[in-house]
Amino acid sequence: MAHAHKLEILRGLIKFKSNTQKIWGVLILLSIVTAVEVVLGIYKPEALMTKVIGMKLLNWIFIILTIVKAYYITWDFMHMRDETKFLRRMVVWTGVFLICYLVFILLQEGGYIEGIYSSGFIKRDF
Amino acid sequence: MDTTVANTGTEGKTWGGGNKPLKASYGKMMMWFFIVSDALTFSGFLAAYGFSRFKFIGSWPIADEVFTHVPFFHGNYPMIYVAFMTFILIMSSVTMVLAVDAGHHMKKNKVTWYMFLTIIGGLIFVGSQAWEWATFIKGDYGAIQTKGGNILQLVNADGKRVAISEIALNAEGERVQHERNSGLWFVDEGTLPSYTVDEVYNGLVANPDVLVRTQIINEEGEKTVLSREESLMRVKDDGKIVVEGANLIANEYGTSLFADFFFFITGFHGFHVFSGVVINIIIFFNVILGTYERRGSYEMVEKVGLYWHFVDLVWVFVFTFFYLV
Repeated sequence: MAHAHKLEILRGLIKFKSNTQKIWGVLILLSIVTAVEVVLGIYKPEALMTKVIGMKLLNWIFIILTIVKAYYITWDFMHMRDETKFLRRMVVWTGVFLICYLVFILLQEGGYIEGIYSSGFIKRDF
Repeated sequence: MDTTVANTGTEGKTWGGGNKPLKASYGKMMMWFFIVSDALTFSGFLAAYGFSRFKFIGSWPIADEVFTHVPFFHGNYPMIYVAFMTFILIMSSVTMVLAVDAGHHMKKNKVTWYMFLTIIGGLIFVGSQAWEWATFIKGDYGAIQTKGGNILQLVNADGKRVAISEIALNAEGERVQHERNSGLWFVDEGTLPSYTVDEVYNGLVANPDVLVRTQIINEEGEKTVLSREESLMRVKDDGKIVVEGANLIANEYGTSLFADFFFFITGFHGFHVFSGVVINIIIFFNVILGTYERRGSYEMVEKVGLYWHFVDLVWVFVFTFFYLV
């Protein structure tokens, strides 16, 4: 088993001396991201309520921060960073492609049904 | 046996077999296979949640108004407890990865301790989730469900929620729960709500500053509050049953699908955490017994670690889509 760990995160911006140190570093990073999410979730700043591509800017920020967290959990906790390139691609590309496809189809369909309801052809508020 | 081909003459070449191009053991590969398929299962659920939410985008419950409780504290603290749960789970992921790291260095004592802490973290998380469910099921203010299945909540003039129990007044002709012994032996019904719609209506008449709040989200992103006349009319004409708390059929927070998805997705995740804890305990005892020490490799800890991190990964998404967005 390979014991060599890649010890830099953020494209080499932060380099760690040992694997243990990297783990704590990633924990701090994840905690900061979560704290930002919670603070934004509690205060919901008015400035972030503008709509960008059909969704509130705040919600886009939440989703992007979630993907950032998912990246660090997979890359550093699950050691994806140390696996071979093709094991990484097998897992990540498959998942990302299928999930994007499914999410696109279902959200599109949900939006369509919402349109039918709100344009008044079907009554459901008795 | 001379006809059997013993050597192909291609040993050591790229397609000669026996290569491990991914440099991962069979067990680890299979764990990754499982994780990919499980990730697709979870995204199926979350995408279905997104579908229902987009369908009812104008009337979906606002999470900050639903999950507001913290154990041992009174008052309104949205997000705090679930942030704590998230932190616990990330923390137990950290102790898990430290256990894996200690395993690489063959340090049995350290692996034992870190596995122990991971299990404790997992138990705290499952316990918190149980508490979260209990609070959600119990509810706090109560609401009225209309004939169309919509939810009407009560607020005072400042927009603060008013509990059904605060205003309900006695009304004539109260129904008694139908039990098997009072009619056909095979016909019975569930527990009736503590109040009837008539009692709530009487209370509403007696409290002139109480208004009805509907499910519909207005342009400011808040639930629409009806005028006094509309409030009385809505409850009188459309009110069908009083709803307290949540189950799979109705809930006081809004669309019934909201509670259904909450129970289903957090339940499925909680089941993963629970089985993760059980597997962790098995591995923990194996570590103590020295199984991996004798085997000369702690790869089993690494494999269960992958599963444990995956559970954390899923929670990160559940957290976003149920509590934040």
